[in-house]
Amino acid sequence: MVQTKAEISRRNFLKSSSGVALFIGISGILPQLISCKDPNKIKEQLAQQPLTAWVKLSEDGLITIYNPAAEMGQGSMTSLPLIFAEEMDADWSMVKVEFSPQESEIYGSPGWNPGSKLMFTVGSRTTNSYYNVMRKAGAQARYVLMNSAAKHWEVPIEELTTSNSHVLHGRTNQKINYGALIPFLEMQETLPDFSEAQLKNPKDFKLVGKDIPRTEIPAKVIGSAMFAIDIRLPEMVYGVLERGNLHGSKPKLTNEAEILAMDGVVRIIPLDYAIGVVAKTLEQALSAKKSLKIDWSDSKASGHNSQEIYSTYEKIASQKEKGKVIIEIGDVSKAKKTAAKTYAVDYKNDYVYHAQMEPLNAVVKVAEDGGSAEVWVGSQQGMDTKLGVPKILGIAPENVKVHLQYLGGGFGRRSMNDFVEECANLAKEMAPLPVKLIWTREDDVTYGAFRPLSLQRLTANTDFKGNITSFSHTVVGDGGNLVASAVTNDHYDIPNQFAEWREASNGIRLKHWRAVGHGPNKFAIECMLDEIARDQGLDPLHLRRKLMAKAPRALATLEKVAELSNWNTPSVNGRAKGMAFVEHGSLGTGVCEISVDRSTGNIKVHHFWIALDAGVVVQPDNVKAQMEGGIIMGMSSVLKEQITIVNGRVQQSNYHDYNLLRMQDVPDSIETVILESAEVPEGVGETATPMVPCAIANAFLRLTGKPLRHLPFSPERVLQALNS
Amino acid sequence: MATFQLDINNTKHKVEVTEGTSLLWVLREHLGLTGTKYSCGIGQCGACMVHIDNEPMRACLLQVDNYADGQKIKTIEGLSKNGDHPVQKAWIEAQAPQCGYCQAGQIMQAVALLKKNPNPTREEIKTHMNGILCRCGTYLRIIKAIELASKTPTSIEN
Repeated sequence: MVQTKAEISRRNFLKSSSGVALFIGISGILPQLISCKDPNKIKEQLAQQPLTAWVKLSEDGLITIYNPAAEMGQGSMTSLPLIFAEEMDADWSMVKVEFSPQESEIYGSPGWNPGSKLMFTVGSRTTNSYYNVMRKAGAQARYVLMNSAAKHWEVPIEELTTSNSHVLHGRTNQKINYGALIPFLEMQETLPDFSEAQLKNPKDFKLVGKDIPRTEIPAKVIGSAMFAIDIRLPEMVYGVLERGNLHGSKPKLTNEAEILAMDGVVRIIPLDYAIGVVAKTLEQALSAKKSLKIDWSDSKASGHNSQEIYSTYEKIASQKEKGKVIIEIGDVSKAKKTAAKTYAVDYKNDYVYHAQMEPLNAVVKVAEDGGSAEVWVGSQQGMDTKLGVPKILGIAPENVKVHLQYLGGGFGRRSMNDFVEECANLAKEMAPLPVKLIWTREDDVTYGAFRPLSLQRLTANTDFKGNITSFSHTVVGDGGNLVASAVTNDHYDIPNQFAEWREASNGIRLKHWRAVGHGPNKFAIECMLDEIARDQGLDPLHLRRKLMAKAPRALATLEKVAELSNWNTPSVNGRAKGMAFVEHGSLGTGVCEISVDRSTGNIKVHHFWIALDAGVVVQPDNVKAQMEGGIIMGMSSVLKEQITIVNGRVQQSNYHDYNLLRMQDVPDSIETVILESAEVPEGVGETATPMVPCAIANAFLRLTGKPLRHLPFSPERVLQALNS
Repeated sequence: MATFQLDINNTKHKVEVTEGTSLLWVLREHLGLTGTKYSCGIGQCGACMVHIDNEPMRACLLQVDNYADGQKIKTIEGLSKNGDHPVQKAWIEAQAPQCGYCQAGQIMQAVALLKKNPNPTREEIKTHMNGILCRCGTYLRIIKAIELASKTPTSIEN
């Protein structure tokens, strides 16, 4: 092993910007340190003892690795520990995985600012941001083991190797299991801060890149995997809130006495925007909720009609005054003057809802003296690792312990912790009784935080050869980045580009929804390209090939998927193919094949093919699962899902009127090819979903000659397009 | 309040709850059998699928009062002793779950299918499973798991 270049004092680990709080908890020697459950103790021990916060080793060779990220089905419970185990040379069959304590100082990874530390499972950034953190920590754990073996055997560390949880010394033919090294473990005063060059070459990986089954799946098929909604504590009471369906409205309860007299009702707790009821049982709480009589005030959303607002958005898009400029490359107005042809198209998309299968919920227990609290929650974590609870209780963050549970779906909804704050508000009143707060599905839909409705106005110019010389993109909608992200075209060689956001605010609760701005904006961009290609008599593949001339990694995904989908062989039997390129960390091009029932307006997706470059892929089968899930969720949102607002009121309330894609509508296959790469891993959770609307609309255009420009593609809209 | 005696997973359970309480709340909140999930409460999603006298039924729609006369209730916890029911094993082999929240309902529905129809076609699988929602989009792997299980020589007895 190459010796350290930059050595860091272990006393400074926690302060170091590398994000590596290393250390090995040693069973037997320091048994009190083993439970990494108590963050204060870990901090104390890190200050004085050799202890890595990432791994616990026991004498029987069992290795417990801590996962710092939320697990919502994307596989962090396997991928991050796997990266650590790879560098540690751990025997994976002896590895157990647990959630780490929610302490970002120890377990955070670099956030959006270099040197910062965040525990925040969002933006498909987990594997990317923890890749080097986990590799270095794993290498350091290995180094401690090797160094201890060297001392024990009295041989130079340079002569040692490791394999499958053993340190080996070839010259003396000695071999010792990591667990058996525990009595001899020694901690150096300083530990190497491994540089990239000192870590394994990806081509030598034994675990990363192989199909390793996910660690948490067995618990999920026997019903023992714990979600926050499954938590039960002694003396626990149940909280529910009535929030109405007019966002921002203020409630006035008119039958308080009647509610308080109901069976099991313990307390009524009014919040600014809701009336809370706490009862002894869930059924009693729900029964009281149904009986609440509330006068609701008007709100900013009053008067907002989602299906009529587009005419206002069109006017905003037409105003001379520019909005917030997001990108300006070259000069689009100059390009227009010399253009052979100008294209201008509007794309629209309605509100969509997260519909994570586990409704929002949390359990909070505040201590009798109000000085500390425990929180059980399925959260995507946050900028504030304690999820807003310390502020509500007026206590220090270190006095709040968060027990992270599995998430029954996140999709961005669980990166807003309003539901945790609500529960803390109820638990504060009920201390020391623990409170379980459950949102009903109706609460989850009507008081949802949606992907914003928006309008995209795209303008493009082409020269006499048909080359796209400029691209201009105006987004009208609410929520800043929620609507205005993903408007740049970094992989397309278009010399003049302009993108701006024009605000339109309607008082509706909004939130990141899987892929965020990529959904509506890639829809607009990729459909615009196909509309131009059609007008110019170009194959969409050739058009993109030309645009990607300077982006070899993107181009490789295009070429690969063309091959995979037999792009050049025209579909038969009333089918057609359409393509779309998406970058969301990873780069991917997708192709779908569809047919249309011209009497009902139903679109059937038969196949989806994807070629993906995600850098180093930690779990290939899981990446494929993310592609499959991303496509299905995309199809669901594109073909089925729609939230509508009438006079500010959300019109849908449950799965009977907010339809999700069901099994009968799945494609026959979703096939993914992963391109080989040794680059740093990039996120894969949000690359597939935004491909869907564009690939379907582009296939529809090739099949029928008609564009689909308004999401979702409901049967009515499809029929309308066909008859246009 | 009334006392009900329930036969769940071959064990007798006594609960005292308000008449009309849904079987789902009884299972989850009163008895701690939390493998059966709440998601919609109106029979639309199937996350609460259990077996009653071997028939798949949605616990959220059932009142406890009507299932305390010796009906045999089976939940995901009672499907196998060691998590080794052929359908559970197939689910692992196919790496079907993502978030996992709907999967107990999916598995209970799939077991009911394979008991009646040990070799379903793909279309039969889709029709039978159509009532169980999965937001993560694991449908294709669920189909794969059911096809794997249907090829297992061990008969589906549970």
